[in-house]
Amino acid sequence: MLLDLFLSFAKIGLFTFGGGYAMISLIENVCVERKQWITHDDMMNMTVIAESTPGPIAINCATFVGYRQKGIAGAVAATFGMVLPSFCIIFLISKFFDRFLEIKWIAHAFQGIKCAVGILILDAAFKMISKMQKSIMSRVIMVCSFVAMLAVNIFSLRISSIVLMLTAALIGITVFLIKEKNADGGVEK
Amino acid sequence: MIYSDLFFGFLKVGLFAFGGAYGAIPLIRDVVLSYGWLDDEMLTYIIAVSESTPGPIMVNLATYVGSSRAGLPGSVIATFAVVLPAFIIILLVMELLKTVLTNPYVQAALRGLKPCIVGIVLATGAFMILKNCFFSLNDLAINMKAVILTVFLSSIYFGARKISKPGISPIMLILLSAVSGIIVYV
Repeated sequence: MLLDLFLSFAKIGLFTFGGGYAMISLIENVCVERKQWITHDDMMNMTVIAESTPGPIAINCATFVGYRQKGIAGAVAATFGMVLPSFCIIFLISKFFDRFLEIKWIAHAFQGIKCAVGILILDAAFKMISKMQKSIMSRVIMVCSFVAMLAVNIFSLRISSIVLMLTAALIGITVFLIKEKNADGGVEK
Repeated sequence: MIYSDLFFGFLKVGLFAFGGAYGAIPLIRDVVLSYGWLDDEMLTYIIAVSESTPGPIMVNLATYVGSSRAGLPGSVIATFAVVLPAFIIILLVMELLKTVLTNPYVQAALRGLKPCIVGIVLATGAFMILKNCFFSLNDLAINMKAVILTVFLSSIYFGARKISKPGISPIMLILLSAVSGIIVYV
């Protein structure tokens, strides 16, 4: 069973390109349809949990399924399986990447690739916007953190994005408390 | 000490990376630039490599940075650190804190946090494109070739999605950008 978990997730880790969300459909295929380790409801539940907790989504899912099946040992086996293939591949690449870049046409290729990466990040942001809750608060927070982060980058300010994130979380809680209080006040009247 | 720097640097990434791989890129950029592990140029290259090789992008980046700074032990430490918070938090949520995610305060914090991440990712993408299209942001010297490539690639990438639904994959875009880079910079 542990070996099965390890191998299944190693296979998922080896065959999904593009990280997180691309992986979810493959995880569903293996864990729900073929192995029947978790139900479709579990899968939905797991996706929500993965989105609300930090860390790579693939790791969240592997830990979830592994733990469901075989406790802590299962969680370790599945997570380890998920990480191992890409670890080996990237480790090998890191050994020769610098020399690789010294080749002229490859350096040129990466000049082009640099343009593509910016587009991919913007595209990821656009997708996040379309999935985002469209409340006034979320729009204001989004615009403010966009402006703040852009300023941090352009003027090389030493403010970590973590500070922005913690501030936004605090604003979320504050707005919630104010709404609660107003609602209570309304009842008392 | 490089090992503890790698460990705590990537622990921070793993702990605050909400919203998948691209949500983590601003954080990773923060960490690697502040320690001087990679410059912006190298970071974009490694993002492209991570996107084109299998596995979670965040884990790939951690492995690469760890290995390039401190060999095999470095890559093991960085990879372990980036995975650890996700692993522990999922176990906690499943076992001890089953109701934590439906807690109204946690929900409220997430409602604030999520749009902030969207803004941060948007700003990071916009800044990377800006920086790439100018040789220097101080005197605004425009890098014409990069501007042309960016316009060309984004019209193909977003245009393809308009024409047929899935459009072209990120890996296809990276391949296309590599070929056009070779042609333009010859």
